[in-house]
Amino acid sequence: MSFVRDALVIAGKDLRIERRSRVALQQIIPFGGIVVLLFAFALDSDRTLLHQAAPGLFWAAVLLAVLLAVGRSFSVEEANRARDGLRLSGIDGGSIFVGKAAAVAVELFLLEIVVGAAVVVLYDVTVRGIVVLLCSAVAATVGLAAAGTVYGVLAGGLRARETLVPLLLLPAVTPVMLGGTRAFQAALDGSPGDAWPWIQLLTAFAVLAVAAGTVAFGPLLEAA
Amino acid sequence: MKRLFLGATVVALAVTVVFALWVTPSRPSQGFDAVRLLYLHVPTAWIAYLAFGVTALASLLWLIPRTRDTTWDLLAGASAEVGVLFTGLTLILGSLWGKPAWGTWWEWDARLTTTAILFFLYLGYLALRRTGATSEERGTRSAIAALIAFVDVPVSYLSVTWWQTLHQPGTVFNSNRHVLIDGSMAFTLIAAVVSFTMLYAYLVVERFQLAQLEEGREERELQRAIAERVRADQVEVAPV
Repeated sequence: MSFVRDALVIAGKDLRIERRSRVALQQIIPFGGIVVLLFAFALDSDRTLLHQAAPGLFWAAVLLAVLLAVGRSFSVEEANRARDGLRLSGIDGGSIFVGKAAAVAVELFLLEIVVGAAVVVLYDVTVRGIVVLLCSAVAATVGLAAAGTVYGVLAGGLRARETLVPLLLLPAVTPVMLGGTRAFQAALDGSPGDAWPWIQLLTAFAVLAVAAGTVAFGPLLEAA
Repeated sequence: MKRLFLGATVVALAVTVVFALWVTPSRPSQGFDAVRLLYLHVPTAWIAYLAFGVTALASLLWLIPRTRDTTWDLLAGASAEVGVLFTGLTLILGSLWGKPAWGTWWEWDARLTTTAILFFLYLGYLALRRTGATSEERGTRSAIAALIAFVDVPVSYLSVTWWQTLHQPGTVFNSNRHVLIDGSMAFTLIAAVVSFTMLYAYLVVERFQLAQLEEGREERELQRAIAERVRADQVEVAPV
């Protein structure tokens, strides 16, 4: 039980920092919004094209915002050498990982609600297959948050951290981009049955990422 | 010994070139002479998989406390460097073949896509390695990154079987265990794989020895700096 309790303490700590500093609210979520807007410029605000590409653009916007969320999650550990505090806290590495990933996941959910609303309004998308949309969003978000947290600690404390995380993380989360897009496409096309294989892929990715992070986080935190 | 091996590698590569360019037939169905790219494309892809396999194994040996040794970290890095080079070559050669045979430089086929991802995963790995000067600083991080990246290798290899895509399945190693080419083509392909494997071994040994020298230099410079500091302290203390 202490595993879960410790994870909740860490997640609470990160979310409290975000609530007080408002970086996620005032920077990361608006960033998702501006990306949605930029895609419309890129596609010359062609409504049919935007409508067709909406699922992919949604996940691309989320993916870019993940980089900021992960960067933020580990930059708070840099200040005042908080990472040393984490190391000395005696909390199991797996718990710290689950806690930090959970905090990133909560931020991403909020972001997805805002980006999703922007996509619906700006790209003229009719929401259908809400169960499928929710299931795929949950699985994809858990996978993204877990993978992001693994690479965040992997690059933690390095001088080139900001540029290294995107290079390491983006190729690794391509299955989420693919699965999320296809699942959303199926839901919006009104054939939610086609989405389940993709949700399975997203779930498998999430399970693998959480398992890998739980095992690897401790040694990586020690190495950082 | 190394020179002898290099000589043997050059001879093996020369034999491959002669067979690939002049002995094997051209194939009208596969872009005439473009089919000869097969003798480069297949071995470079094999070397890429082999190199990343060696990197994964060496990384695992680094992570196990009982077998942890600088050698494994340096070997993992040397092999990944050669692997990235050969993955890049595989993509370029495949693309060159794709234009006459498929009519396009690039196709969003499962094998091509997973190989491109593989290339970027290991580019990231190499970038991560460059952030630490010594094995101790970078060892654990890069070993874990290498093991995560390796997940894509079996996916890429099996993608042609799983998804039945445009890229053809294995000609020699396929699920039916039936070799689909014969005669001079099969011989040339095997000669190419053997000679490229020799080239891989040579390149990895070269890179590994260079990395060892670099690692030794870091260590020597550190020792020198400490010795200088100690001497400076002694000079200051001496008059008292």
